[in-house]
Amino acid sequence: MGADENTIIRVENVSKTFSGKDGQVEALKNINLDIHQGDIFGIIGMSGAGKSTLVRCLNFLERPTEGHVFIDGKDLSGLNEKELRAERTQIAMIFQHFNLLMQRNVIDNVCFPMEILGISKAKARKRALELLEEVDLADKAKSYPAQLSGGQKQRVAIARALASDPKILLCDEATSALDPTTTKSILALLKEINEKHGITIVIITHAMSVVQEICNRVAIIDGGTLAETGTVLEVFSRPKSRAAMKLVYPDGGDTSVAEMKGRHCIRIVFSSNSSFEPVIGNMVLYCNAPVNILLADTRDIGGIAQGQMILQLPEDEQVAARMIAYLRERNLGVEELDGYVG
Amino acid sequence: MLAEFWQEYGQMLAEGTGTTLYMTLASTLMAYVLGIPMGIILVVTAPGGLKPNAPVYKVMDFIVNIVRSIPFLILLIMIMPFTRLIVGQSYGSTATVVPLVVSAAPFIARMVESSLLEVDHGVIEAAQSMGADNWTIIWKVMLTEARTSLIVGATIALGTILGYSAMAGTVGGGGLGDIAIRYGYYRYETNVMLITVVLLVLLVQIMQAIGMKISKKLDKRITG
Repeated sequence: MGADENTIIRVENVSKTFSGKDGQVEALKNINLDIHQGDIFGIIGMSGAGKSTLVRCLNFLERPTEGHVFIDGKDLSGLNEKELRAERTQIAMIFQHFNLLMQRNVIDNVCFPMEILGISKAKARKRALELLEEVDLADKAKSYPAQLSGGQKQRVAIARALASDPKILLCDEATSALDPTTTKSILALLKEINEKHGITIVIITHAMSVVQEICNRVAIIDGGTLAETGTVLEVFSRPKSRAAMKLVYPDGGDTSVAEMKGRHCIRIVFSSNSSFEPVIGNMVLYCNAPVNILLADTRDIGGIAQGQMILQLPEDEQVAARMIAYLRERNLGVEELDGYVG
Repeated sequence: MLAEFWQEYGQMLAEGTGTTLYMTLASTLMAYVLGIPMGIILVVTAPGGLKPNAPVYKVMDFIVNIVRSIPFLILLIMIMPFTRLIVGQSYGSTATVVPLVVSAAPFIARMVESSLLEVDHGVIEAAQSMGADNWTIIWKVMLTEARTSLIVGATIALGTILGYSAMAGTVGGGGLGDIAIRYGYYRYETNVMLITVVLLVLLVQIMQAIGMKISKKLDKRITG
């Protein structure tokens, strides 16, 4: 295949069709993805976009109708049941609703994957305690899940996921049932795990803030297709697809663009390495015409400040063209919005 | 007067209670030996189950429905040749156990099925994602997670089977039902019949209380 050696998960032309009572539903259409060793990879999309189906294709909880999934170069569709189960012990998963065994206490929950692997009870318990230590819940070893808060349950689920020493951790909306503070602490824990154990993490979410917080690469799923993929920085600063724009500028972008329909507007994106030169001011002086600033906003993406601004340019096409050229010369991302129907 | 009553009927009532308990417990136990695997098969082979298998599911579903719709008294008479084959006779308490088991097993299968279906699908999915095989999922996830519901079901089954065993008394099955029919119906000794009814009610109450207590104690979803 000639993929680069870093690729740990490769999704090749994956489609998934569900046949139900009302005919067939195409949940995924021809998805291609490469996820690298050590990535924290975000898969984001609106609900119903197919992201949960996609993540289940990565461990074959859902078998793709077409296409292949390679884990470490191994084609999952070529494996028999037993081999597939063995492979799954290497691909751990955590869930929105934690999915702990309610009739087992915390430490026995963490021991469960090790029971499946046939690890001796004494050894499993020792390892489980270490893992609980790691997720800061050693004092709850004897508690039952019903006695824990949502954040604590997810920590138990994370400890359980690590018990089989996986190389990949899939997170299916793992923070969607949690409050913002707990979400932050769970994300910090995931990042720590990624750094400490070198586990590749795939995060499914509908929340842009989650991707912004910890992912380095992101794929945007829209209507079962892959709308866009790239580094988080790229996708956030210059969203190309409609789906991406909708996610990146959920309230700002779309509505104001709609209002500005028919007028000559542009979106400029600054990154922190843009010079401190007063670009807009100089442009106005240089072109000798005023502009109207409709929206200006700065956000922190992966520790780098990203600014965007929406300008309304003069009616005169020539002046407007000069302004755009002026900005492009200064290496700013410029995107014309007037043909855009919001 | 009470002393006289006890002298006359005490031993018979005690023996009847013992026989009823023997029939109820023995047939519940054996019905579970059959009913649990049947319930598991129903859940596992159902569409969307762990290992969907339409023919097996449909046959099992059909058998369970058919047997469940035959009234117990009719079933008891219908399978008398089968009972004779197994026990050697078609009357008496041990012989009654056979139709009780045949009648209760499908009923128990349904209750086991519904208990297992209550188990959160997400937990089963989590076990699959860990690489658990279907046996592990059935034993360590489904049956364990459903145990409270299974015990409540067993309590209900015991009560129902106790009722059936009393009914079997009318055709010479022995036990409290037999006493009630012989004294209350044939000999118009209403007080004996009333006492047997009281004893039956007490038995059900005690079983119910014990079952609920055990299920509560084992349920770890209840905090505190």
